[in-house]
Amino acid sequence: MNPNDQAPQATSAASLLKTLGLVSALCGIIIVGAYQGTYESAAANRRLALERTIFRIVPAAKTMSEWQATAQGIRPAGGEAGGKVGAGAIKFYAAYAADGSLAGIAVEGAATGYADVVRILYGYSPDCQCINGIGVVAMKETPGIGDKIITDKAFLANFVALDVKLDRELAKLANEVKVVKHGSKTDAWQIDAISGATVTSRAVGKAINDSAQALLPKLLPNIEQLRNKKS
Amino acid sequence: MKDLSQAKNFDEFLEGIWRQNPVFVMVLGMCPALAVTVSAVNALAMGFATTFVLVCSCLLVSLMRKLVPKEVRIATYIVIIATFVTVVDYIIQAVSLELYEALGAFIQLIVVNCIILGRAEAHASKHPPLTAITNALGMGIGFTIGLFALGGVREILGAGKFFGVSLFGANFQPWVVMVLPPGGFFVLGAWLLLFAVIRRRKEVRLSTSGGGHVA
Repeated sequence: MNPNDQAPQATSAASLLKTLGLVSALCGIIIVGAYQGTYESAAANRRLALERTIFRIVPAAKTMSEWQATAQGIRPAGGEAGGKVGAGAIKFYAAYAADGSLAGIAVEGAATGYADVVRILYGYSPDCQCINGIGVVAMKETPGIGDKIITDKAFLANFVALDVKLDRELAKLANEVKVVKHGSKTDAWQIDAISGATVTSRAVGKAINDSAQALLPKLLPNIEQLRNKKS
Repeated sequence: MKDLSQAKNFDEFLEGIWRQNPVFVMVLGMCPALAVTVSAVNALAMGFATTFVLVCSCLLVSLMRKLVPKEVRIATYIVIIATFVTVVDYIIQAVSLELYEALGAFIQLIVVNCIILGRAEAHASKHPPLTAITNALGMGIGFTIGLFALGGVREILGAGKFFGVSLFGANFQPWVVMVLPPGGFFVLGAWLLLFAVIRRRKEVRLSTSGGGHVA
């Protein structure tokens, strides 16, 4: 077993290379085969998970389409859901009810929480200019503490009609979305933090604020484009 | 020798499940054993993923054992293991995205799971395919049982659930620390203690009944 047990017998470089090449080629074929074989269902899974989250936060929605907002305006994002967006463009999803009317808009936001980045999806209603639902896309927050953001009823009540109105110039939010200490919410644009899970609550607030500040000034002036589009 | 082969195979199979259980006896692969065992489902999924990689890698290593020169064996084994980890990674994404998110980076980390490289190096590279697979399957199942023992207990104590089903009703206050990292150590410690006591009892019994000697 020990290489020194036998008289040293140099293995030729050609034979070493041949073995390594053979193993690499074989492994390469296996990997590519597995990738090809699972790609479709993995992509379908991702699309389904996204749709499920969007349909949960915009309950009236039956179909959805992906859009991009840029400095020039908004346009449908070609290609599949979850694809790449161009630099400076912000991705959002328009959700349509069964009769083709705009049911709501879903936007992704992210901010650093306690353990890792908390990625959320929030529903935006142009009619009330408010956020009327959130869902978590990915988080690694402490079980039983940080993950209350998806179960705590008092916290979720913040997102029945969270005010994100734009100011008169439509350049930024009239009032920044702020997370306040548990029990001290006074205005419609404030989020009442979960007591004991302040860091995660703040991450949700920051994710919404950052994303809304960036997207809504580009989106709201062009909202008619979305309404006219029958999906 | 031929008559004994079946008994010997069974012995190879049992080695990983009981005598050399990777979690409780060899205490190997602790990184996934502590990190993903917050629920029974996660533990089982991780166990199956590892078993799949273990069996496939050991089969390939065993098939190629006469082909691979000693000088490049580690590189070869790692490439083979990494291949099957990638395959498992794709499969889990295709099966359930939720599970994939829950297991996180630990699927990719199967590449450096010491049980697998250990088996490839110490066993599969010296035995014919059937023996290698049998041993690998035993080890994989032993590892899965170990993870399940951790995950099940942690989910019951830390979340009051088993396979996601609530056990104790609404008034149960979950023992949250059990699903946090320290809880992993507590539960692992408790299991190791239990196994140590069982082994000790057995040794004492052997030595008092005469004939046997304590190792």
